[in-house]
Amino acid sequence: MSVAPPPSGEGMPAHPDTWTVRVREAAVQALPPEKLLPDGQPTYVASWIYVFGVASIASLIVIIASGSILALKGPAWWHYTGVGHFFNSIHMWSVELFFFVMVVHLWGKFWMAAWRGGRARVWVTGAVTFLVAVPTALTGYVSQQNFDAQWISTQAKDGLNSVGVGAFFNVTNFGQMYSYHVLLLPVAVVVLVSAHVLLVRRHGVVPPFEIDSKKAALVSTARLDGSGSSTPGNSPASQPSTGAQS
Amino acid sequence: MLAAIFNLNHPAHTVDWEFIHLSVSNVVVIALMLIVFVLAIVLPFPGAARRRGGTS
Repeated sequence: MSVAPPPSGEGMPAHPDTWTVRVREAAVQALPPEKLLPDGQPTYVASWIYVFGVASIASLIVIIASGSILALKGPAWWHYTGVGHFFNSIHMWSVELFFFVMVVHLWGKFWMAAWRGGRARVWVTGAVTFLVAVPTALTGYVSQQNFDAQWISTQAKDGLNSVGVGAFFNVTNFGQMYSYHVLLLPVAVVVLVSAHVLLVRRHGVVPPFEIDSKKAALVSTARLDGSGSSTPGNSPASQPSTGAQS
Repeated sequence: MLAAIFNLNHPAHTVDWEFIHLSVSNVVVIALMLIVFVLAIVLPFPGAARRRGGTS
């Protein structure tokens, strides 16, 4: 990947040593455009178990869109109008779907040891996203402004007090819970998911075990023949491609 | 207010086994996740064999 030089003859050095240049070059080196938006995915990605990651992102988009509408209109709208009920239900069921597909995604990646091949940060960002999503949902349930919210908040209060965090995370304080739910925790989830996706793009989708072992066998054979200075590649480019994004 | 499809005017039904205490609805969701997980591994993905065969 080459970076276009700035226009010459305008009083600027050809390659200025500025923080913007350093950040740009580091970003392009870490994630070149052909990795960020690749032509295709490896053939092993053509499996249903690889669908649940993108299903989680699709659910998250619906959650954010429906939640933004609820935030704009307010509790009276989502409790007392037909359209409000509809968007309230869309928001709740997209959360249910988000957790459902995220858990299946997490199980799939756990059993295929998705931290292999230098992908530890991919696994950690995914697991932490799940952990952050739990209080995001909890603060939503206690922000409903109904008896269900009162019941959940008083039950959660006892649990949180028992572990000593109730003093600064008060689930019976609607203002605090609503702020957490519509700003702090969603921002954290979106940042974590963005980092997770960028890391997947950088390291490639984790291959099945048999492909990893075949690759290792090929590399060791090449080394024994004395012709191999290659190292096992984990990038999608080193795998046969489906020719399409999945 | 619209009526619920199911009668919700009762305490939740629960599954109790030693220290495990789960509502039936949560047990159903967990069972569905397990079923979907197994199906995702077992069921063939449309066009997967053709792609692995090298033709596009």
